[in-house]
Amino acid sequence: METNQSKIQNLKSELQISAEDYCIQYDISSSIVDFHGSLLLNGAEEYAPIVQLLNEVVEQQPIITLNIQKLRMLNSSGFQMLSKFVIKVRQQGGINLIIKGNPKISWQARSLQNLQRLMPALEVDFGL
Amino acid sequence: MDTNQSKIQNPKSKIYGNFDENLPPSQEYLRIQFSPSSVPIKQQWRNNGLSANFMADFLLTFFPSKSGAINTEEQKNEIQGIICYVANELLENAMKFTDERVQEPVSLTLYLLSDRLVFLSTNSISSQSKEKLQQFIQRLTPSNFNQLYAEQLEKSALDESNSSAGLGILTMMNDYLAKVGWKLEKIQDQPEIISVTTMVQLVI
Repeated sequence: METNQSKIQNLKSELQISAEDYCIQYDISSSIVDFHGSLLLNGAEEYAPIVQLLNEVVEQQPIITLNIQKLRMLNSSGFQMLSKFVIKVRQQGGINLIIKGNPKISWQARSLQNLQRLMPALEVDFGL
Repeated sequence: MDTNQSKIQNPKSKIYGNFDENLPPSQEYLRIQFSPSSVPIKQQWRNNGLSANFMADFLLTFFPSKSGAINTEEQKNEIQGIICYVANELLENAMKFTDERVQEPVSLTLYLLSDRLVFLSTNSISSQSKEKLQQFIQRLTPSNFNQLYAEQLEKSALDESNSSAGLGILTMMNDYLAKVGWKLEKIQDQPEIISVTTMVQLVI
């Protein structure tokens, strides 16, 4: 039983990955990637589809917002995945990256600032 | 405190880091124990998150009696988030590093003490993993885990082959101000079975 099987739907204006515990959705018109649920995947290999989605978004837009306000849990592998993405954006240059976080979610309040250390130009927004 | 000091308690066990062998007796704890090979890994992996959430929810019922300070919704959410994060990371590590040749169970226990939360996770570990763990511990000193954490993030993001091993522990130390220690024990000689107990302490 593949309970965490993820499906990538490549629609015209939308990229989406959904599974039992989470859903990640990119809306091209708003340039926002919404994360819902809990991401507790087993290592870099399982995060690969999400990395792929994020990389595709970066190809398309100079301004990207990752909305993680509803991302209740993220494990260290997932945080590493986000770090890799932030570094990639930093290295690429010319991209405006914003992360909208939720100050009521413990891991976000504690750990998001570390991403800012990786990329000072990263905007971490805790406003609701 | 010198975290590189290893005390040999007896010939068969070694202690590293902040490992308190003399926990005060506690009437309140929750233990989850399972055999890592009993169900397919995908389901087993899903259980980590379920267990972590369960531990957080279950233990919150004890907190009002433990401390008058933990009574707002905000504080409860905070404690819940902390327990969830630490419990999940410890279970993931236990699953990743358990010695598959050996049929030893994995366990995670959460103790509620008056001044702190203490997590103890145990799993079997191969000699190879044991050496990697010892190398990791040797690079930790009380003053450098912030730096190690930042380095590890940068390094692992740039290096394709690098796993996130150790990142959970470094995050606990860096972002959760946890004290972490390890006890390695040889629990059987022939064939060799080594067990690692990871202790994570959080002041509340």
